[in-house]
Amino acid sequence: MPLLDIQSLVVEYRTPKANVKAVDRVSLSVEKGHTLGLVGESGCGKSTLGLSIVRLVPPPGRIVSGQITLDGINVVRCSNEKIRRVRGKRVGYIFQDPMTSLNPVKKIRDHFVEMINTHEPGVSREDALKRASDMLQNLGILPERIDDFPHQFSGGMRQRVMIGLALALNPDLLIADEPTTSLDVIVEAQIIELLKHLKEALDLTLVLITHNIGIVAETADRVAVMYAGRIAELGEIGDLFEKPMHPYTKALLNSVPNITKKDQILSWIPGAPPDLADVPPGCLYHPRCPFVFDRCKNEGPQLLKHDNSMVACHLYDKR
Amino acid sequence: MLAVTNLRKYFPVEKSFLDKLLTSQKNFVRAVDDISFSMSRGDIFGLVGESGSGKSTTAKLCLKLIEPTSGTILFEGVDLAKLRGEELRRFRRNMQLIFQDPTASLSPRIRVGDAIRHALSFQGVGTASEQIERTKAMLERVGLKPSSSFYDRFPHQLSGGQRQRVVIARALVLNPRLVIADEPIAMVDVSVRAQILELMLELKREFDLTYLFITHDLAMANYVCRRIAVMYLGKILETGPKEKVFESPLHPYTLALLSSIPVPDPKAKLERMIPKGEIPSPINPPKGCRFHPRCRYAQTVCSEREPGLEEIRPSHHAACFFPR
Repeated sequence: MPLLDIQSLVVEYRTPKANVKAVDRVSLSVEKGHTLGLVGESGCGKSTLGLSIVRLVPPPGRIVSGQITLDGINVVRCSNEKIRRVRGKRVGYIFQDPMTSLNPVKKIRDHFVEMINTHEPGVSREDALKRASDMLQNLGILPERIDDFPHQFSGGMRQRVMIGLALALNPDLLIADEPTTSLDVIVEAQIIELLKHLKEALDLTLVLITHNIGIVAETADRVAVMYAGRIAELGEIGDLFEKPMHPYTKALLNSVPNITKKDQILSWIPGAPPDLADVPPGCLYHPRCPFVFDRCKNEGPQLLKHDNSMVACHLYDKR
Repeated sequence: MLAVTNLRKYFPVEKSFLDKLLTSQKNFVRAVDDISFSMSRGDIFGLVGESGSGKSTTAKLCLKLIEPTSGTILFEGVDLAKLRGEELRRFRRNMQLIFQDPTASLSPRIRVGDAIRHALSFQGVGTASEQIERTKAMLERVGLKPSSSFYDRFPHQLSGGQRQRVVIARALVLNPRLVIADEPIAMVDVSVRAQILELMLELKREFDLTYLFITHDLAMANYVCRRIAVMYLGKILETGPKEKVFESPLHPYTLALLSSIPVPDPKAKLERMIPKGEIPSPINPPKGCRFHPRCRYAQTVCSEREPGLEEIRPSHHAACFFPR
């Protein structure tokens, strides 16, 4: 049984002007111990999808329909008390910006104590601190720096602290939303190596949300490519990179420079992603797609199995 | 075309009142510390490095947006330091800057056509109707066609990629000879990045431009630049033609940077050489070679003396005692 299973999830942001479907009928599952890479451009709904797994979609967003099952727990329907226990203990979440995710007036130690005591009130302060300093060691931070404030840490170290806080309660699932976006390339590589190491050491299941194709290639077992709130393609990492099927996946892979390749010719996708408050009919990618035909303009494609992967494109739907 | 010699920029650090009483020593952020490079006409020169390496400060110095602490910048033989007032304003038309964030570089309340036209009217080029004509031609040239439907739009009515096109049009409408682009695609969606780069390369050929690209994205620098300088803590550590710097790097820092880049190919097996720690403070940079505390090949001499930038292979320079 997969650790995380999502079935036709729909998340809407309701505004007076329009109902924006940020996540539209998304289904996917993650096996225990696997890493799922969730890729797409800004605004494709990947962060909203991540937040819905812990039911933290900010208002006016809300889960309209669909199911999320996490280790047997029905996340969409369960009580607030229960979901609160899921957060932290079952699921660790690394938010995008390490600069603003830590409280500037609290010492690093107090971040850990608060995190642990909120979920495990019985743990004494000493035990919590002991666990915190063990965790810092794991993260490559000197334990004596536990008395520092966040501003005394560099960006990379703050992100390490964020990872430590997310893992402080030994969750099974770690969701990392753009964990390296504001970091420099060397620090980015350090954080990715750290995540890979911790995943093995702590037997974690990882959902990695990113727009960086390179990071996905290095870490993920399976990849879901999102476009305008829907999954365009879902498959094993090797299949997806070797024989991408969806025209969007192909175009996205061809638009990323690869430093190991000489004389690479990059391509791009004409136009821009659709305004989700005013989506085109049919396939949402059709206005930018070079292979568009009549059916694409009228009928939205379904995510169907093709070879080893799942793809939502009429080119592969022979019905 | 552009010759930079021994350029330095130190920013003074504000001290607390107590420190002012107790010490007379002044602290400086050595943002740019004795760098030299030159660019010839038609060059695409890439200045790469992590944040805090001084690359954006170098860009601002080259445009005389800030004054250097010491050193000279010659633009086609003219010493920038000697230019003042009206003369400087006229001179600026030769060199333009493209900023990182197209949303922040356009006023939300000025129509994009007017934003471009203001560049012309500020420099006193042509009559009002000529300015509008040129603006429209430029809009079409950067792919915002038909110009009549784009001229009157506000920035929020454009996508990120289109906004960056407006910024490029505004920079090029004065027919500059040198264009400095500071992370021009960092804020643009992945799928349209290549398109913006391709547009910039096309415009370079058409308008006979020279580019100074500033970026932390080495894969992008590899794609567009002809020559590269790698900066670290205000110093240039390695410089040379792109092929040489990226394919046979001399400096351990360049090697570290290159091996840190995520490669979009799951089959690529790369030997990682990620250095420990992060870029230190430029207030008290390490003695000797600035990279030595993080360098896996460092020896005693590296912490004692600072290596100079030397030609180790033909036209390929590095500042390292033990180049690879």
